[in-house]
Amino acid sequence: MALRSVISRRLTKMSWCGTRSVSTWWRNVEPAPKDPILGVTEAFLADPSPDKVNVGVGAYRDDNGKPVVLECVREAERRIAGNLNMEYLPMGGSVDMIDKTLKLAYGENSDLIKGKRIAAVQALSGTGACRVFAEFQKRFSPDSQIYIPVPTWSNHHNIWRDAHVPQRTFHYYHPETKGLDFASLMDDVKNAPSGSFFLLHACAHNPTGVDPTEEQWKEISYQFKVKGHFAFFDMAYQGFASGDPEKDAKSIRIFLEDGHLIGCSQSYAKNMGLYGQRVGCLSLVCEDEKQAVAVKSQLQQIGRPMYSNPPVHGALLVSTILGEPDLKELWLKEVKGMADRIIGMRTSLRENLENLGSPLSWEHITNQIGMFCYSGMTPEQVDRLTNDFHIYMTRNGRISMAGVTTGNVGYLANAIHEVTKPT
Amino acid sequence: MEARAADRRIATLARHLEASSLKDSHEIVSASPTSSNSSSPSVFNHLARAPEDPILGVTVAFNKDPSPSKLNLGVGAYRTEEGKPLVLNVVRQAEKLLVNDSSRNKEYIPIVGLADFNKLSAKLILGANSPAIQENRVTTVQCLSGTGSLRVGAEFLARHYHQRTVYITQPTWGNHPKVFALAGLSVKTYRYYDPATRGLNFQGLLEDLGSAPSGAIVLLHACAHNPTGVDPTPAQWEQIRQLIRSKGLLPFFDSAYQGFASGSLDRDAEPVRMFVADGGECLVAQSYAKNMGLYGERVGALSIVCKTADVASRVESQLKLVIRPMYSSPPIHGASIVATILKDRSMYHQWTIELKEMAERIISMRQQLFNALKSRGTPGDWSHIIKQIGMFTFTGLNSKQVAFMTKEFHIYMTSDGRISMAGLSSRTVPHLADAIHAAVTRGV
Repeated sequence: MALRSVISRRLTKMSWCGTRSVSTWWRNVEPAPKDPILGVTEAFLADPSPDKVNVGVGAYRDDNGKPVVLECVREAERRIAGNLNMEYLPMGGSVDMIDKTLKLAYGENSDLIKGKRIAAVQALSGTGACRVFAEFQKRFSPDSQIYIPVPTWSNHHNIWRDAHVPQRTFHYYHPETKGLDFASLMDDVKNAPSGSFFLLHACAHNPTGVDPTEEQWKEISYQFKVKGHFAFFDMAYQGFASGDPEKDAKSIRIFLEDGHLIGCSQSYAKNMGLYGQRVGCLSLVCEDEKQAVAVKSQLQQIGRPMYSNPPVHGALLVSTILGEPDLKELWLKEVKGMADRIIGMRTSLRENLENLGSPLSWEHITNQIGMFCYSGMTPEQVDRLTNDFHIYMTRNGRISMAGVTTGNVGYLANAIHEVTKPT
Repeated sequence: MEARAADRRIATLARHLEASSLKDSHEIVSASPTSSNSSSPSVFNHLARAPEDPILGVTVAFNKDPSPSKLNLGVGAYRTEEGKPLVLNVVRQAEKLLVNDSSRNKEYIPIVGLADFNKLSAKLILGANSPAIQENRVTTVQCLSGTGSLRVGAEFLARHYHQRTVYITQPTWGNHPKVFALAGLSVKTYRYYDPATRGLNFQGLLEDLGSAPSGAIVLLHACAHNPTGVDPTPAQWEQIRQLIRSKGLLPFFDSAYQGFASGSLDRDAEPVRMFVADGGECLVAQSYAKNMGLYGERVGALSIVCKTADVASRVESQLKLVIRPMYSSPPIHGASIVATILKDRSMYHQWTIELKEMAERIISMRQQLFNALKSRGTPGDWSHIIKQIGMFTFTGLNSKQVAFMTKEFHIYMTSDGRISMAGLSSRTVPHLADAIHAAVTRGV
């Protein structure tokens, strides 16, 4: 038996070999660099030190440093488990989920929604929404570029690059003030050719935590009107920034009031804690219902050869939570709770650093908003934090405040002080 | 609202014109035509409405039809005898386990997906004792069902493989050409279906693959060819394998129906395993949409079988770069269900039983439809209905006949004459048989 199989294996190898020598197709494949953000968590997990702290990836943690499944989500899971079928969603995704999601961004009583002027599809969280938009932009505005703020979430660059849309940058963060470089931002907006496409973070800018004020947003909106620019909002943190989803959507509402036909990416990864479910929405405001129907149909054509239709489970959770009044109320409470804890940690980290006698200014920690704090530390300082103190963060000095707890804030402050104090 | 916006603009203008402005000096902003009531036209004003997807559009049309006798034989989604979608008992069981496990969270899973899901999926298609697995030469990444696995594989090939042409069967699933084209590959076809015999055009297949340039990618349906239901025999597969290896072509398997074709998971995986056994490289896209009924959860896996473990590891790192800017990481829910079932002996066993039941109901529908046409004396040879395999039957009806059946009998199917046997029941077979009979005899 064994002999026969050896012989037959030899024979099949020979018949395959034929005149070809054994070769590999992938000899030339280089190992890819690790993702700068997700690679941090990999390194953290591999570290055996009991003191290790992960302030890398932007995933919320409770005060014990544990991931959180919101109560409203657990309850929604219980209500839907085993009850429904798992049929394909329509190509554009769950109509009910989209409906409720648009209301969050555009307002409960939005005329645009009532007038059916918004083309919207369910997307694979924020990444998926941005990618489908980028592909759509390439297809229907093939000569356009995308203006991306400096700095931004690193994956934004990958997304528009893979969609083959050329990129340009605009000024955003001011390293000296650790705030917004508003003057340069406005210059870039004015100097860009009319009708340019801009990527804007609706609130809680990632990675800096620096947002324009309401007044500044109004000026930006006005200048966009003058130049006829297209505004694409990436809103990944609605509710997470201030604790109030309505307040966090202010920038978008300002643009809508000014009549802009915006695009918007929404994600439920952070504000509903649905990270791994990959639930989000891409919407484009159109001139009328007919155009919205056409645009939606074209968005679907992009999704179909990518994944056919989006996953049902996360969408069901969102629909259930937003659709049942008791769950929606619970969600709003829990989102505020998360935002408040982060704001508390900002205060605590800053106080700790000041009490340690750090001569540097740390007020940007409490000025910035949302999940991230752009500490201003250099890559070398970050490396020291990792190597000497087992603290993991991205090398641009971005701290995920969600990873800070009352248990580790002292340790973290001390370590930061050690690596930043003048020698 | 308009008045407020206008007021604000005037206020902003006024501030800019003020000599004592605290901001850096801005150029004087004069009134622009765009500051009037009308907004500038949409940058997407020139868009035409896209045509409905040929397959998913069928369900859209079906849903609109008010007729009580309407029948949806369009999309390949399994239906019970009662015409209802089916969630497998073992899947419901798995879901309950997951819900009740309070230690579970909804964190991002890795870019490549759940590790245990990936390992178990590779074992399912390649066999638990596959030397390729034991030698760590297989890299598996969780993707969004079959479509997502194909797309990620195609994007990878477009970036890293020296040959840019993929050969797909004539005909094939409607979405295949777009998946590969959008990934940047050029798509050619090879002969597959023979309308005369309603079987395999084996000679044509060998000729076309034989004249493909060395190294070209070849898309193969692992079993239950979609849309024709025509599969090569084991002997024919062996010849195909030899031809592909001798020409150095790269096989890319689409395995969307493992277990659904014959009722046996191992039997349906044989063609793939045959290729892996010869030590060569290949890609495999797996879907759990049909065989676990997880359609909407979008669960699948892409495996790339490589020459060495080192190559497999480098390949995995490059796959991550394709996935990250597409959707960052795959959805957790469906993969968790699959992993729960595959890793538990009794749940796995339960699954194989439910899967066999689905496959057998379809085989029985084939027999019933064939009998019904025979008893009506419908002209033509309808034996292909029982010879073809899997969820679909390529009836041989043309688009005029299909349109007729939709209009007169409210039967919904794709215009290429493909019917999803899964959408039939003992109760509805007579209606379909009547419709086919009418379409064929009325000389439509």
